Amino acid sequence: MKVRLHNPRRDLEIEGPITIINLLAQLDLNREAVLVVRDGELVPGDESLSNSDSIEIRPVISGGAS
Amino acid sequence: MKCVTCRGPAIIDIRRHNSNFCAEHFIEQCHRQVRKAIDEFEMFSPTDKLLVAVSGGKDSLAIWDLLIDLGYNADGLYIGLGIGEYSDTSREYARAYAQTRNLTLIEVDIPSTFGFDIPNGSRAAKRVPCSACGLSKRHLFDEAAIEGGYDVLITGHNLDDEAAVLFGNTLHWHTEYLGRQLPVLPAREGFPKKVKPLVRLAERETAAYCIVKGIDYLVDECPMAAGNKHLSYKNALNEIEAMSPGAKHSFYFGFLDRAAAFFEVEASIDREGLGACASCGAPTTSEICAFCRLVDRAGGQLPQRTGVTAVSVDLGPTRSGSVQ
Repeated sequence: MKVRLHNPRRDLEIEGPITIINLLAQLDLNREAVLVVRDGELVPGDESLSNSDSIEIRPVISGGAS
Repeated sequence: MKCVTCRGPAIIDIRRHNSNFCAEHFIEQCHRQVRKAIDEFEMFSPTDKLLVAVSGGKDSLAIWDLLIDLGYNADGLYIGLGIGEYSDTSREYARAYAQTRNLTLIEVDIPSTFGFDIPNGSRAAKRVPCSACGLSKRHLFDEAAIEGGYDVLITGHNLDDEAAVLFGNTLHWHTEYLGRQLPVLPAREGFPKKVKPLVRLAERETAAYCIVKGIDYLVDECPMAAGNKHLSYKNALNEIEAMSPGAKHSFYFGFLDRAAAFFEVEASIDREGLGACASCGAPTTSEICAFCRLVDRAGGQLPQRTGVTAVSVDLGPTRSGSVQ
């Protein structure tokens, strides 16, 4: 499946099937700090992704010190 | 995963509430949390004239949208910081949101009004970019709110923001700041009332809110913020949150309930001795306020009294509705 990451923006190819929770663990990403989006919609953590999926892992942490 | 309310398919889990939600009931949950914050901390009433500080990011657009959904009258205020493409893009998101919803967006552009931008200005003034940016925004927010006759200035600070600032202030025992770290700062001479209605929502939830509501926002991080301490505090707290859901909420709301009052005296001492800036008239403990000093050191033009030229972008009337 195609996986888009941000900061810096890059694309990865990951072998499915795999659940969102396991994918985030594989990429060493904290579930509290990201959301997974597919076709503009949120994908819940227990959902299994297949090789035909194309997803975006969107960071949610933002902000300067102001 | 099933929605805790309707048992339909859930789209998001919120571990600190031990709950999953479908899209409809997640939006209801966000409304509920914001309404609770507004009521609990007596932030404002339905008749107040509200000004929302809008950056084009998820938090500010989410709170603007939530307030309009809840029936409040709220205009937006965008500050152009001159951070290259990042500022251009963020302005477009703020304008697009206002335009599609017929809301009023006020714009203040620092480079064209004051003759400097944040990247070059902070370098010239020997300040950390986030410090120069925050100082400028606070000054211009206050000025625009007072000059525009707004009752309350609203910022999109969420639970993660507040927990991270509290973490930093505690780590370094900045006791004078701890006494001011409240969801409501009352109005006083030269300062508008300031409130943070998103304190009960984590930033994962404000981002999810925007996605579910179809609100386009600037996803990429400000290039000037990379590597700052605030972000590292957020990462540290998220590591703790992953092991102990609810830790950020307990940290921040426990502080408000059990500790903030101990620092009130120091915060009030810090507020004493305010006079008017000789250049712009803003409240300051010095002869010249920090913003005017920054403008001067950055090679910009010192503003005359109320130097802001707030440009109201006429996008039509503010939508109104009923307070739920």
